[in-house]
Amino acid sequence: MSESIERAPSATQYPRYVDASQVRGKFETTIEEVIEAVSEVTVIARRDGLVALMTHLRDEPSLRFDYLSDIAGLDLGEFASPRFALSYHLYSLTHNHRLRIKVLLDEEDPRVPTMCPLWKSANWLEREIYDMFGVTFDGHPDLRRILMPVDYEGHPLRKDFPIKGY
Amino acid sequence: MGLETTVGDLLPEVITTRLDALVNWGRKSSIWPATFGLACCAIEMMAMTDARNDVARFGAEVFRASPRQADVMIVAGRVSIKMAPVLRRIYDQMPEPKWVISMGVCASAGGVFNNYAIVQGVDKVVPVDVFVPGCPPRPEGLIWAIMKLQEKIEREKVFKEEKVA
Amino acid sequence: MLRKPDPLADTQMTISLGPQHPSTHGVLRLELVLDGETVIRAIPDIGYLHTGIEKTMEKEKWQQVVTVTCRMDYLNSFGNDLGYCLAVEKLMGVEAPKRAQDLRVLFTELNRLSSHLVWFGTHAMDIGAMTAFFYAFVHREKILDLYECATGARLHQSYFIIGGTRWDLPANFIDLCDEFLKGFPQFLDECKRLVTGNKIFQRRTMGVGIIPKESAISWALSGPTIRGSGVNWDIRKTEPYSGYDTYDFKVPVYDGCDVWSRYLVRMDEMEESWKICVEALKRLREPGEHMANHPKLKLPERDLMKKHIDVMIHHFLVASEGFTVPIGEVYQSIESARGEIGFYVVSDGKERPYRVHTRAPSFVNLSALPEMVEGSLLADVVAVIGSIDIVLGDVDR
Repeated sequence: MSESIERAPSATQYPRYVDASQVRGKFETTIEEVIEAVSEVTVIARRDGLVALMTHLRDEPSLRFDYLSDIAGLDLGEFASPRFALSYHLYSLTHNHRLRIKVLLDEEDPRVPTMCPLWKSANWLEREIYDMFGVTFDGHPDLRRILMPVDYEGHPLRKDFPIKGY
Repeated sequence: MGLETTVGDLLPEVITTRLDALVNWGRKSSIWPATFGLACCAIEMMAMTDARNDVARFGAEVFRASPRQADVMIVAGRVSIKMAPVLRRIYDQMPEPKWVISMGVCASAGGVFNNYAIVQGVDKVVPVDVFVPGCPPRPEGLIWAIMKLQEKIEREKVFKEEKVA
Repeated sequence: MLRKPDPLADTQMTISLGPQHPSTHGVLRLELVLDGETVIRAIPDIGYLHTGIEKTMEKEKWQQVVTVTCRMDYLNSFGNDLGYCLAVEKLMGVEAPKRAQDLRVLFTELNRLSSHLVWFGTHAMDIGAMTAFFYAFVHREKILDLYECATGARLHQSYFIIGGTRWDLPANFIDLCDEFLKGFPQFLDECKRLVTGNKIFQRRTMGVGIIPKESAISWALSGPTIRGSGVNWDIRKTEPYSGYDTYDFKVPVYDGCDVWSRYLVRMDEMEESWKICVEALKRLREPGEHMANHPKLKLPERDLMKKHIDVMIHHFLVASEGFTVPIGEVYQSIESARGEIGFYVVSDGKERPYRVHTRAPSFVNLSALPEMVEGSLLADVVAVIGSIDIVLGDVDR
């Protein structure tokens, strides 16, 4: 069997990701690292100064990230440090480009400032992360469980939570 | 309830079997389902009522929203742990005689989802009369279930003879 | 018992709409604080269909996850599979061949048609036009016949796999599909005469469930819900995938911001989807490969497997152990019938995904419901829920 991969006539266009070097200069203390892989740009940011970074990303005319597509939670492992990673997937309707901001959190202190004042969609997305991972959002207007019953104990998407539950 | 106890202990058996047949014929020909469509099986349940798989021929096209007016509860879809108390409550609100059809593998046995969120079989919550396999079962499969339920209703004894000890 | 009217008393009443309710399109519970018939506050309570799909996907192998993604947004099962397959293909650096891309486009658009038909039937039924439900399902049954012909299943097909599609089309599919597509425009005309021109329907939907453009963007609405508020955004046009840039179709946008605009958007979308289906079917008359020729994905030919031991070992390993995907993370979104469905896939180099997160369009669209219904009448709540076109499997996953 051959190892060649067939190419379609029209080459696949992947979504455009913005060049993060524009932001890196201004937010030296907040941004830890910029990773470019699989045609995507991920900015690893620290929790301190996150709100300022996000506000800049939303309001700066050349970036104009007016759309918070998704906040995805990730448990890096029961004994990993840092344990949780939150990925904010931002999209700009005006410029048609995307960016991912990743924030790493420790198990002892899984708190992040809320993005609700910036984008209204953060409300339910953050509630889901709280429900599934146990990460709390400072300043959230209504942080309670959304998918599991209100009195449920445990956070199902953590890696040490068994699939069949307790 | 009242019909069975007053008439039942007054009449001899020959007449009660005839009356049984009459009452069961009436019940099986107009089984009114309560709307309990949860997930994908609900779409196939809706497809059962459409023009191709016409369930109105069996008298069961009148889906009652209120459980007080329904005869059968077709549990169509996966029952999550948050929904299980609601399921039991709706079942309790249905007046006798009532039956339950568990539609699809998720309702019958948990289906594809063997995890923390889904009740592994709705018979853990309510007593079930007919199980229908399939993911989702074809509308013809659900009509088969209604026909099986009709056969079960036919065999019921409505006017029971009271044995005096 | 006489109650003296007290001007300072609270005349508000809190009722619970659902979770068992004929008009909530599934198990959605709304806590409504009403003053007479006017809605003061609406608080959605979801989670009654939470299935733990994201946790289940972590224990399935890469190719098996396709069976579970079908069941999330069950009316748009092809779309879910497509999003997941594209995400993993991006991570692996694999591209599906041209025929596979055309097959994917055809089935995704047929799926959009069947999903919009269910929306049309149930939305009109909620508003009171029950006949529309039967009309819509007649044509939906024809589409389900097409699915059954090609994939074997009516609802959860698992037809798209990583690398292409599971099988090629059977011999009679093209004629069946052609026949269906020829009869479809007449149905759309019927719908326009029956429902769109109906004065009662218009009065019940115009000016109801308003969400202005800026608000819609902030709430991250997507799909027909945001296109009804004047935002010209369709992922098939802005970030094309699977060859959509080679098809000629328009994106309907209306700026009424109400239920009526969203209705018009979806009706026009059905027509555009029909055009794409006709074009895709024309392309599928030529032969081609339905699966990428990647050693990890494509199982070898059966007669070769029976003759040569190394081919048999390859077949055995791929079929039993599965394959591994390079370490990394990817986010791929596509335009489903409801909006932007995104898949965030994280791989740690093993044969099962480390994390698959779905950005569910109905989940995000539903979060804007309180803003849409507060201040309107109780009967309008039902119309608005229908216009957002939520599927609870998508909201709760």
